[in-house]
Amino acid sequence: MDCYLDYNAETPIKPAVREAMAEAIGWVGNPSSVHGFGRRARRAVEMARDRVAALAGAAPGEVIFTSSGTEANNLALKGTGRRRLLVSAIEHDSVLGAAPDARILPVDHHGVVDLEALREALAEDGPPALVSLMLANNETGAIQPIAEAGRLARQHGALLHCDAVQAPGRMAIDRLGLGIDLLSLSAHKMGGPQGVGALILGDGVALEPQLAGGGQELGRRAGSENAVGIHGFGAACELAAEDLADTARIARLRDRMETEISALGGVLIAAGAARLCNTACIAMPTMPSETQVMAFDLAGIAVSAGSACSSGKVGPSHVLNAMGIDQALASRAVRISLGWRTTAGDIERVIEGWAVLHSQGSRGAATSRQSVFK
Amino acid sequence: MNQTVAAGDSSSAERGANVKLPIYLDYQATTPLDPRALEAMMPYFTEHFGNPHSTTHAYGSISAEAVERARGQVASLIGADPREIVFTSGATEANNLRSRVVAAFECEHYKGRRNRIITLVTEHKCVIETCNHMGRDGLDIVTLPVGGNGIVNLDQLSEMITGQTLLVSVMGVNNETGVIQPLAEIGALCREHGAHLHSDCAQAVGKIPLDVDAMNIDLMSIGP
Repeated sequence: MDCYLDYNAETPIKPAVREAMAEAIGWVGNPSSVHGFGRRARRAVEMARDRVAALAGAAPGEVIFTSSGTEANNLALKGTGRRRLLVSAIEHDSVLGAAPDARILPVDHHGVVDLEALREALAEDGPPALVSLMLANNETGAIQPIAEAGRLARQHGALLHCDAVQAPGRMAIDRLGLGIDLLSLSAHKMGGPQGVGALILGDGVALEPQLAGGGQELGRRAGSENAVGIHGFGAACELAAEDLADTARIARLRDRMETEISALGGVLIAAGAARLCNTACIAMPTMPSETQVMAFDLAGIAVSAGSACSSGKVGPSHVLNAMGIDQALASRAVRISLGWRTTAGDIERVIEGWAVLHSQGSRGAATSRQSVFK
Repeated sequence: MNQTVAAGDSSSAERGANVKLPIYLDYQATTPLDPRALEAMMPYFTEHFGNPHSTTHAYGSISAEAVERARGQVASLIGADPREIVFTSGATEANNLRSRVVAAFECEHYKGRRNRIITLVTEHKCVIETCNHMGRDGLDIVTLPVGGNGIVNLDQLSEMITGQTLLVSVMGVNNETGVIQPLAEIGALCREHGAHLHSDCAQAVGKIPLDVDAMNIDLMSIGP
């Protein structure tokens, strides 16, 4: 169990983040308390706020800490009070679920949102809209044309929300430069802990809190702050620069893997789009995704079929479906996502494993999971 | 007490650990993490980092097992069935979730026949606020006073509970005074009238015995 290639679901916590959290965990103090203990926790939270803001190209006052990216997405979609919602077909379930009546914008074969469809939707008569597009897709890594979408949104008096959960450390984020009004982040996709996220709220954007209670986060999100987790989130944001410096290495590993697996008969999905350096979505024509994932797991290689949140779901991914990928192919696709701990050895193993599985699939021997790897 | 060093100190959080702090007597606001709890958490900050939803690989199933084990531990602490536990980000979220669940339940199940919610003036802010929200949504919110000892007057509660009462929301232990409310008696009154009982037990858990079955508690909010 040492070849982990599911970074888009979850990243291992970085040692420096763990150290920061281990220090904070020894403290006690509710950040809202007035005494010294509370003030120390408050300082930790505010320092993290500065770091999250710096990562996102935002001001510290724009950062609202939440319990997750899912909560940040829900707060964004429900909190602005805008009823006219335009979201892409490849958004995360937490966006699609929070906006059940939204107009769905199509994507092309590479998994990139159709800007013309956005332009048309925005040009229609109606109240000011809220557009929600992810910065990069979790299943394919396809990077969305956010700067253009931001310009279109602005021209039509719409707000732009961007789920940037998969982006930190993999590409630069610039809230203002991209014209993003609301931006969601999550610590556990960037070497930080689970249970912490943030919504960055542009200056002047009105937000109705979705949790009632104490006045934490300037009245925008009630509930005692997860000071330890937030401290770890801040540390992870500082370290994201390291990851950005490592993207060329990660991209080389990913590209080599894709080249070799493609030569073995793998079908690369979304490879025509500008993508995150770390994500590959590859179909094995001879074997269903679930069988592959389980066989890889038995061989000590962790990969996934679609997103973690929907991995228990029957049927192909809504993302591949929206891209118009043939259903037979979509049901044979596996996501391989790399990260800070990934080595060339990991890539060798997954290529070898892929070759073995594919040949067994070709011979029709893949029905017995035990037989897949010796 | 060497508390002056920390007062008004603007030193960074990194240096904060070295600041001489006063005696800590604010356990109601937050408690120090028990070293044994920390020890139990550590593996999940290191090798067992999987997403509990990624159950198709070992990393994910190890995390999922930890979540389910914790669900059983939380359930046994309050005499509940593990399937009755919904993990949230905190008791504030749990109390908020309560109001949504209750409003939806009333709408679907009672269709306006049970529209009264009874709560206490001494409840936590998030309970009072969510009750206010439900009041704006058309539910009849009755906020009962408490006696000079901080305890609900059961006779008064008994008068207010009728066949129209959907929910009684009373905290187990008050966060400011530590007063313990008679949950078992309140639960019995609720049962008599077919009303449901929610209890914010964020302060009570681990301090007084709790049993959701014996106390007839339908919804309980707790935090670590």
